[in-house]
Amino acid sequence: MKTKTKPNKKKYNCIGDIVGVLAATVVFIVPFLFMLFNSLKDKKEANFLNLAPPSSVEWGNYLDVIQTDKYTILRAFLNSGLITLFSVILLTVLCSMAGYVLQRRRGKLASGVNMIVLIGLMVPPAILPTIWVMQGLQVYRSMFGMILVEAALQIPFTIMLYRGFMSSIPAELEEAAVIDGCGRWRVFFKIIFPLLKPVTATVIILNAVTIFNDFTNPLYFLPGSENVTVQLTLYRYMGQFANSFNLLFADVIIITIPMLILFIIFNKKIVAGMVAGAVKG
Amino acid sequence: MNRKHIYSGWFLLPAIVVFGIFFLLPMVMSLFFSLTVWDFDSWSFIGLENFRVFFSERTLNVSVLNTLKYAVLTSGLKVVLAFFLALFLNSKIKTKGFLRAVAFFPNLVSTIAVGITFRALMHPSKGIINGALELLGIVGVDWLGNPDIALLSIIITDVWKGVGVATVIYLAGLQSIDRSYYEAASLDGASRWQQIRDITLPLVRPAMNSVIILSFVGGMRSFDLIWAMTSGVPTAATNVIASAVYGQYAAGFYGLATAGNVVMLVLISLIVFPLQKFLISREVQ
Repeated sequence: MKTKTKPNKKKYNCIGDIVGVLAATVVFIVPFLFMLFNSLKDKKEANFLNLAPPSSVEWGNYLDVIQTDKYTILRAFLNSGLITLFSVILLTVLCSMAGYVLQRRRGKLASGVNMIVLIGLMVPPAILPTIWVMQGLQVYRSMFGMILVEAALQIPFTIMLYRGFMSSIPAELEEAAVIDGCGRWRVFFKIIFPLLKPVTATVIILNAVTIFNDFTNPLYFLPGSENVTVQLTLYRYMGQFANSFNLLFADVIIITIPMLILFIIFNKKIVAGMVAGAVKG
Repeated sequence: MNRKHIYSGWFLLPAIVVFGIFFLLPMVMSLFFSLTVWDFDSWSFIGLENFRVFFSERTLNVSVLNTLKYAVLTSGLKVVLAFFLALFLNSKIKTKGFLRAVAFFPNLVSTIAVGITFRALMHPSKGIINGALELLGIVGVDWLGNPDIALLSIIITDVWKGVGVATVIYLAGLQSIDRSYYEAASLDGASRWQQIRDITLPLVRPAMNSVIILSFVGGMRSFDLIWAMTSGVPTAATNVIASAVYGQYAAGFYGLATAGNVVMLVLISLIVFPLQKFLISREVQ
C-alpha cells in the first residue's frame, strides 16, 4: 500500500507548490506591487490606479513626500520612534518583574493580578475617562503621557509572555542564589533577567510593531500638529493627497519598508512570539 | 527560605500602578461618566439617559449590530480559511516558509496603509479588483459605496490582513499532533477527510479556540481599518461602536461617547468570557 501512494504524493507536491505560489502572488503580493508601482509613477499615471509598471520611474515622489509641510514626516518618525522606544523599555522592565513573581507565587495577590491581566486582554480601554485621568495628571497631549498609555495597554499581553516563559526556568536557581546570600532584587536582575533574553527579544519586537503602527491612541491622546506620529500623518495625507496617489503611495511605502526590514530579519521570532502570546492567553 | 520573601509583591507594584492608573481607573470611571453629561471639568448626573439615546438613535444603535456582524464574520472567516491554509502549509510542500511569510506579513503593515491601498484596489471604476472581474466577464460592484456590501468589503480587507496570524497559530497546533495517530488511522483505512475530521479537528481545538477568541475580540474593538476605508465618515452601513464613540467625542457629546464605550465593554464581557469557558470545556483532555 505504501509503495503505491508514494509516486502519487510526489506529483501532488509540485502542483501544491505551484498553486500555492500563484494564489499567494495574486492575493498577497499584488497589493504590495500595486503600492510600489504607483509610488513611482507621475501624478497623472498613478491616478489610473492600475497595476502597470511605471513608464518612467519618479524617485522624486519620495522627496516630495518627505518635504511636505516642512518635513513633517521626519518629525513624525522621530515622535513615533521615541514613543515606541520608551514604552518598550518600560514594558520590558515592568512586565519581566511582574511575570517573574506571578509565575512563582501562589495566593490571593497573584491570582488577583492574574485576573486583572485576563480582563485587560479582552476589555477595550475606556477612552474619554483616560483623557480625564491624563488631564488630571497634566500629561494629556504630551509624549510622556502617550508613552505611559501605550505601555499600560500592552502590560497584560507582555506580562503573559513573560509569565509563560518563566515556567521554563527552574526555581532552584533563585533558591540557591538566596542561600548564597544574594538579595531578591539582585537575584532577579543578575540571574533571572538575563535568562529571559529570548522572550525579551520577542516582547521588544512585537510591542514595537504594535505601538509604532498604533493609530487610534495617538488620535485620541496626542492631538496637535507638533506631536504628529507616523500613522497620523499618513491618515492626514489621505485627505491632502486625495488627487495625487503617487505621493500617497510613496508615503505608504516609506511607512511599510521599516516593517519589511524588521520582518526579514526577525521572521521566526515574530511568528513564534505571536503564537506563544495567542496560545497561552 | 520563605517564597513570599524572594518573590516579593513589590515586583508587581510598578506594573500594577501604571496599569491601574491608565487602564483600570478609567474603566471604573467610565461606568460613572456614562451616566452624566460632562466635559472633563464638570459633570451633571442624568441617569441612564445616554444609554436611552444610544439605543434609540438609529445611527448609533445600528453600530451595535454592525459591530457584532463585523466580529462574527471576521473571526468566522479567519477560523475557517486559516484552518485550510494551515493544513495546506503543513503538507509536504517546498515553498512552505515563503508562503507562510507572505501570508503573515500584512499583519505588520500599518492598518491605515492597508486601508488606503484597498480603497484604491476597490475603486468602482478604476480599481483592479473590478478590472479583474471584468476580464472574467463578471460585472464589478461599488465595494465601498454600496451600503449593502460596504461593511463586507471592509471585513474582507480585515481578513486579508489578519488571516496569516490565525494560520501560524493553527500551524503550531498542527505540528504538535503526534504523527503516529495518522499512521494508525491510515492503516485502518481511514480516508484523508476522515483523518482531518476525527484526528486533526479535535486535536487542533486549543489553537482554534485561541483564533476564535483573539479574532472575535479584535473584531469587536475594530476601529482604524473602518476609519481609513470610510475616510473618517462611516455611514449607517459601516458605523461600529468604536467609530460611534469617536464620532460622539468629536461632536462634543462626552457622556454619550462614554456610554458607547461602556456598551462595548459590557457586550464583550457578556460574550467573550462565557464563550471562552464554553470553548475550553470542549477541548480534548
